[in-house]
Amino acid sequence: MENDRVTESGGDESGYLAERGWRSWAFTLDHKRIGVMYLLTTIVFFLLGGLFAMLLRLELLTPQTKYFSAHAYNVFFTLHGAMMIFLFIIPAIPSGLGNFFIPLHIGARDVAFPRLNLASYWVFVAGFLVVLASLVAPMDTGWTFYTPYSAKTGAAVATLSFGIFLIGMSSILTGLNFIVTVHKLRAPGMTWHRMPLFVWGMYATSIIQVVATPVVGVTFLLLAMERLLGMAFFDPAKGGDPVLFQHFFWFYSHPVVYVMILPAMGIVSEVIPVFSRKPIFGYKAIAYSSLAIAFIGFLVWGHHMFTSAMSPLANAIFSFLTFFVAVPTAVKVFNWIATLYRGSITFESPMLYALTFIFLFIIGGLTGPFLAALSTNVQLHDTYFVVAHFHYTMMGGTVMGFFAGLHYWFPKMTGRMPGEKLARAAWALIFVGFNVTFFTMFIVGVRGMPRRYAEYLPKFHQENVIATIGSFLLAAGVLLLFWNLWHSLRKGARASGNPWRALSLEWRTPSPPATENFHEIPEVTDWPYGYGKPKRTPA
Amino acid sequence: MSAPHAAHGGPAGFETAKLGVWTFLATEVLLFGALFTAYAVYRAEYPALFHAEHLKLDRILGLANTIVLITSSLTVVLGVDAIRKGKVRLLRGCYGATILLGAVFLCVKYVEWTAEFRHGAYPGTNIFFSLYFALTGLHGIHVLLGMGVLAYVVVLAGRGRLSESYTTPAEMSGLYWHFVDLVWIYLFPLLYLIG
Ligand code: HEM
Ligand SMILES: [Cu+2]
Repeated sequence: MENDRVTESGGDESGYLAERGWRSWAFTLDHKRIGVMYLLTTIVFFLLGGLFAMLLRLELLTPQTKYFSAHAYNVFFTLHGAMMIFLFIIPAIPSGLGNFFIPLHIGARDVAFPRLNLASYWVFVAGFLVVLASLVAPMDTGWTFYTPYSAKTGAAVATLSFGIFLIGMSSILTGLNFIVTVHKLRAPGMTWHRMPLFVWGMYATSIIQVVATPVVGVTFLLLAMERLLGMAFFDPAKGGDPVLFQHFFWFYSHPVVYVMILPAMGIVSEVIPVFSRKPIFGYKAIAYSSLAIAFIGFLVWGHHMFTSAMSPLANAIFSFLTFFVAVPTAVKVFNWIATLYRGSITFESPMLYALTFIFLFIIGGLTGPFLAALSTNVQLHDTYFVVAHFHYTMMGGTVMGFFAGLHYWFPKMTGRMPGEKLARAAWALIFVGFNVTFFTMFIVGVRGMPRRYAEYLPKFHQENVIATIGSFLLAAGVLLLFWNLWHSLRKGARASGNPWRALSLEWRTPSPPATENFHEIPEVTDWPYGYGKPKRTPA
Repeated sequence: MSAPHAAHGGPAGFETAKLGVWTFLATEVLLFGALFTAYAVYRAEYPALFHAEHLKLDRILGLANTIVLITSSLTVVLGVDAIRKGKVRLLRGCYGATILLGAVFLCVKYVEWTAEFRHGAYPGTNIFFSLYFALTGLHGIHVLLGMGVLAYVVVLAGRGRLSESYTTPAEMSGLYWHFVDLVWIYLFPLLYLIG
């Protein structure tokens, strides 16, 4: 039986959590504590961003503006988008769960540069504070900050740009730390092909962070300089070129959608084999498709700009390349489904969220090609179809993966089991609410409702009422989910070292792990997915 | 297979630090890379403007600064060589000289900038000067950062933390300084010489 692989015992009761007092957190060099701090911080931003989403949905209950002005609506969707992207979805899995689990997964005591790790957390917080400061003149540009409007609006663009620059720096430092950690700190016997797929996903993610983020960093810096010093980079009146801004912006922001999705795919690749008790199908294909996605992702940014006056040839090339990203993505999905096939599947909460990821992500993925194709893009561009598409991938994909990871690793991080009944109830609410909200947006989008407007034609009224009702169900589900985890933190059943009977290294330490992770660095002799067939090496 | 394990917060091993610094330098290359791209794009768009404006830069001071920085790379190399042989005092001398040369570079830059302001060339004047001030300004900040890092190494050495068996901080900071130098080697012909 695989759960006979002894879990290490010993260490004091609450492991790395034993020390108390705020200093033991604020100055900690322990990757696990830093991971927990990131998790808590980003969850707060998720809830804040969600609050703005609810305000948007409230306003959209009626065709005319009712509760607040059109300008306020612009501010709210900008804040909603910018917070969800820069403060939640980009950092949450990599910096939160990644920080906690990469060293545990590869059998290391910590990341390669613990001080840098702590510094990057505080840079992140500083970035957030600067973002807060920008609220004196809130942004109304959308999260993409397109010039020339962003160079002219009365909002605090320079401040917000600088805040996001800092957040980007933090992201670069984290990525750098992970790359070096994976290269240099693997335990004896932990070959590349014995690494958990979560680590593979995070490794590919880190490469994107390190390569793409500097470019958006300068872009925001240039935008800030343009506003502060009257420089002429993007202002056509002075000879600048606003389309260059878009190129720079999307050179980062397209690859960054993979920073959002690859870590979640990594989590799903961990959860699926554990809860179907089968070796993962196509280990190498999943591992290398992460790298493939990372590399191809750099070549396709132009598909955000089909309507921005690029040359027709450039449009065609970008459109063609974009279809290519679908290949490695499809490889992953097929492999998960093949893993499920004839497995002895159980539906604990991590598995429910992982399966939801696959389901919603397929819908999000299948609607992508409509946008990638030049002809349909021109029709659907900037309609609610786009809004539905990216919520299916980002929220239906990444956020569900995040929830799967939270429940899966909750026992390891806290030493308690997540309450299963409420977890399932929350899941049901989220699943129903999500589809009611966002599937409706596909429909209203095809019918032609444009995005980013506080008012709409009366013929779209019915769909908007349905979407808003759905969003309130969804919000209730999310609140229930976090309430349940909070409650389990105090009252949950004590977790053993390996409650899910999984095979990867983190489950060989006590729950919660000791400060030094492993009393003795483990000797790795097998890949972590050999359920039922010990000693099988990856196919 | 087994690799050196950094203890909690302790100094990372030499190989680990080296990979870290090289990765960091890659991000720096991309940071400047975007600006170089912008330069290429706009130069192709306005060749006449770029030609006319680049003549307003002071080539003599630019050349002087190039020589200053190349010399500073030499003093860094000598410093690294010194600590490899365990000569801590020599290391401190060489790095001190490098910091001094960095300061000379910044002073010359200051003189250049004020002269340009006096002739009515500001960051917002046109696209050429926007790029010029952005590139040289960003590079100047890197020089300043580099001086800070080197100063930290001088302090470390003064506290007896470095020896021939532990040269990592000296080597890594040296690497960074070479990068700063290298960027200037590209900037100088691009801005001052090619019109
Ligand atoms: C409770 C769940 C959510 C609801 C009800 C919701 C709803 C909305 C609505 C109504 C808009 C504005 C559409 C428009 O007027 O153009 C919007 C925009 C957006 N949402 Fe969400 N959202 C939710 C969750 C999320 C999540 C989890 C993310 C990302 C992680 C996200 C990312 C975005 C982005 C990037 C925009 C675009 C903002 C812009 O146009 O500048 N949303 N969302
Ligand atoms: Cu894209």
